[in-house]
Parts: sequence; C-alpha cells; structure tokens
Amino acid sequence: MRLTAKVAAFQLVDVARSRWLPGYAAFFLLATELLLRFGGDPTRALVSLTTVVLFIVPLAAIVFATVYVHSAREFIELVLAQPVGRGTLFAGTYAAMVTALSAGVVVGIGIPFALRGGAGAAGAAAVLVAMGVALTVVFAGAGVALALRTEDRIRAFGLALGIWACAALVYDAALLVLATALASYPLERPLLVATLANPIDLARVMMLAHLDASALMGYTGAAFTRAFGSAAGAALAAAALVVWGAIPALLGARMFRRKDF
Amino acid sequence: MIEIRALTKSFGAREVLRGVDLCVRPGRVTAVVGSNGAGKTTLIKCLLGLVHPDGGEIRLGGARVGSDPAYRASIGYAPQMSRFPENLTAREVTNVLLGLRGPSAIIDWELVERLALAPHMTSRVRTLSGGTRQKLTVALAFLFAPNLYVLDEPTAGLDPAASAVVKDKILAERGKGKTVLVTSHVMSELEELTDDIVLLSAGRVAYVGTAQKLRTFTGQRHLERAIALIMAREPVCA
Repeated sequence: MRLTAKVAAFQLVDVARSRWLPGYAAFFLLATELLLRFGGDPTRALVSLTTVVLFIVPLAAIVFATVYVHSAREFIELVLAQPVGRGTLFAGTYAAMVTALSAGVVVGIGIPFALRGGAGAAGAAAVLVAMGVALTVVFAGAGVALALRTEDRIRAFGLALGIWACAALVYDAALLVLATALASYPLERPLLVATLANPIDLARVMMLAHLDASALMGYTGAAFTRAFGSAAGAALAAAALVVWGAIPALLGARMFRRKDF
Repeated sequence: MIEIRALTKSFGAREVLRGVDLCVRPGRVTAVVGSNGAGKTTLIKCLLGLVHPDGGEIRLGGARVGSDPAYRASIGYAPQMSRFPENLTAREVTNVLLGLRGPSAIIDWELVERLALAPHMTSRVRTLSGGTRQKLTVALAFLFAPNLYVLDEPTAGLDPAASAVVKDKILAERGKGKTVLVTSHVMSELEELTDDIVLLSAGRVAYVGTAQKLRTFTGQRHLERAIALIMAREPVCA
C-alpha cells in the first residue's frame, strides 16, 4: 500500500505539472460558468452540462489513458526493474490517472456550482460530478487495457477513438434503429440489458433520476426509467456502473501482470 | 552467481531463446554479444522479470527468480533507452527510485558528480538533452550500490568523456567484487572491459568463456574479429 501510494504520488505530480490537466479543468470551468451565466436557471444548465460530460469525459479518459501508458512504457520498464511488484505499479499508475482526471471534473464543475449554482441544484450537480468520476474510472481503465493490448500507439489511439464513438455516438442510435425496425416485438427486456451494457447510458439514467429532462434520455434511458421508476432504476444503474468500473481495471491489472515489457 | 538453465522464450511464432544454459561468474564483467535479434535484450529482460520465460529457470545467488520482486533490490539496471516522466526533475526521478528501493538503499553520488550531472538535477527531464538523459539513465543504475549491474548498451549516446567515466566506474565496481552483465556493439569497449564473453546466436549460446580464450580459440588478436568468426561459423537455425 505504501509503495502504491509512492507510485501514485510521483505520477500525480508529473500529470499535475503538464499543461493537459489544467487545460481539462479549465474547459469544464469555462463550460460550467458560461452555462450557469447564460443558460437560464441552474437546472437547465445542468441538463446541457450533462450532455457535455457524457461526451467529453469518456473521450478524454480513454485517450489520455492510452497515450499516457504508451508514453510511460520505458519508465514502467525501469520501475519494474526495481523491487516493485507489478500489481503495485499498476494500482499506483491507474489510481494516479483516475485521480488526476477526476480532479479536472470535480474542480471544473464543482467550483462554479458551489459559487453560483444555488442550493436547489446542489444534489443534481453532485450526481453529475459523481457520474463524471465514474465514467473516468471506466474509460481510463479501458484506455489502460487497450494500451497494454496494442503495441502500436497509433493503432491504440485509433481504437480508443473507435470505442468512444461506439459507446457515445453509435450505440444509442443503433438501438433506436433496431427498435424501430422490430417495433412489433416485445423489446423492453432486451433494451434494459442494452442499457446495462453501456456505461454512458447508465450515467445518463443516473442523471435522469435527478433531473426531469426527457431530452437527456436517449432511447435506452427512456426504456430503463419506464421499467424501474427513477429511484430503483438509479440504484440498479449505480450497481451496474460499479461493475463497469471494476471490469476494465481488473482486465488491465491481469494484462499488466502477464505482459512482456 | 547467475545460473540460467534451459531458458526458452517465444513471441508468437518467433522463437527468441531456444534453451539458453549459462553461468555468469560473480565479480567479473561479462559481455552478452550477438547479432541483432539474437536474444540479448530478451535474456536480460528475463533476468529482470520484465519478460516471462516460457520454460527453464534463472537463479540469482542460488535463489530462483520468481514473482517476488525483492531480488531486484540487488540489481542496478540501465536500459538501452530510457524515458522519464517529463515533468519531474532529475532529482525527483532519483528520489522516486530511492523511495521504491526502501530506507536501506544507499545513494552513491560520486558518479553524478563525475558525469557532471549535478547542475542538471534540479532541471525538469523534458529540458535535458538526449546525452544528459542517457547519463542520468546510467547513473541511476549505479546510484544504489547494488551487487549486480545489468547494463544494456551503457555508453550509447554518451560523449567520449562521459563514456570514459562510465567505463572507469564499471571497472571500479568489478574491483569491489561486483558482477557486471553488459551488452554492447562497440567492440573496442568490450575489449577494454570484459572478462567473459557470452555469444548468443539464434537464441542459443554459441560461445561462453573468457575473452582471452576466444582470441586463442579463433586465432584472432582482436575480439571483434574473433566474435565475427564465431558468428559466421554458427549455422542459422531454421
């Protein structure tokens, strides 16, 4: 544990001093501030911000993690030549990455809402920040696993973009087309399973539980909320998100233990 | 003493190590040489636990090298090419490795001074030149006074003065009874440094013995020609 903390600490310092992390936090800071200032009431600002978070956080997390692991490969080799276990190095690296990216979301969204969001929107804003952190955990894990699996960094970068595009753009649209084409069949259950299979949809359902905003639903989100009601749906979505957070991290840890560097 | 028995490793269909048997004697400088792709770096990485062998075993001081990383506290490693976290200073990079090695780690700052690295220790790594980074890489291998040095092309990219300092350091450490395992394509360097030669060819040990015996065996005065002769005689494995 002590070694894991040491590994995480030096990587956090490295990331914190880069231009990337302050830029990421500044993006959310600016977007939140502008939406709060010009987007009407805080709830409407949250609806717009949710869309931004659901698109940007997975993209940033998967791309950053992929690029970071590839660029750190030589130093990973040097650290592994020290008396440090592979599990320790993986845990420290992953924790540093998730902490740094999450800090960007927490600071960028949290500070403007704390200053000018008002008490009414505080709960939903906190859920949005939590969803940003959850998506960071999931997609950073996916990025790490991808970087460990794919030696060629350009290919890994392309695959990262492909995974993000499938999860954030293609998935819901494909389900909508499928549901329209098979409208005469009972699709409620398959669509619920489909929602559980995409962490971005799960995060959307979590936000639905706190915002009455049909614009956010998407096709699968609407089916999910109809079936479970807001509270039960949110509880199931939260449990599924925990599982989603664990899967790529455990997969990445297994790959890291077995990898030839 | 490093003992390697029947070590095999394949990457997909490519067999890189095909049953390497080897003893590296303590207190000596042993060079691992061979053509590109002969398996030198893979052999070194197996020793360091960076590559998982498919078969065989490695023993270090009698203890089998396994999944417990503690044995690496006795190894100083300089990779052929190293990249450090760009936004840390050279001193911070040193402190990272020191922290990972634990409170008992001893720091030997002498080489840092002799390589003229001291003025650069407070600079961020991304501002350092390629040569200075290579000096840092080599210095880090020696910094914690280990018993075994594993140096992969240690003088590549160094200026002549720094290269001489590193070679002097290798010989000084040998004088203290430390074991040095080195790879290099610079034959004049090996001529100057090595006691023993391990020649790898197509994943097998083609020659192991003293540099002097190799010269005598091949009838060549220079190590470069002696090694080239052995490499030419060794049939390429299908």
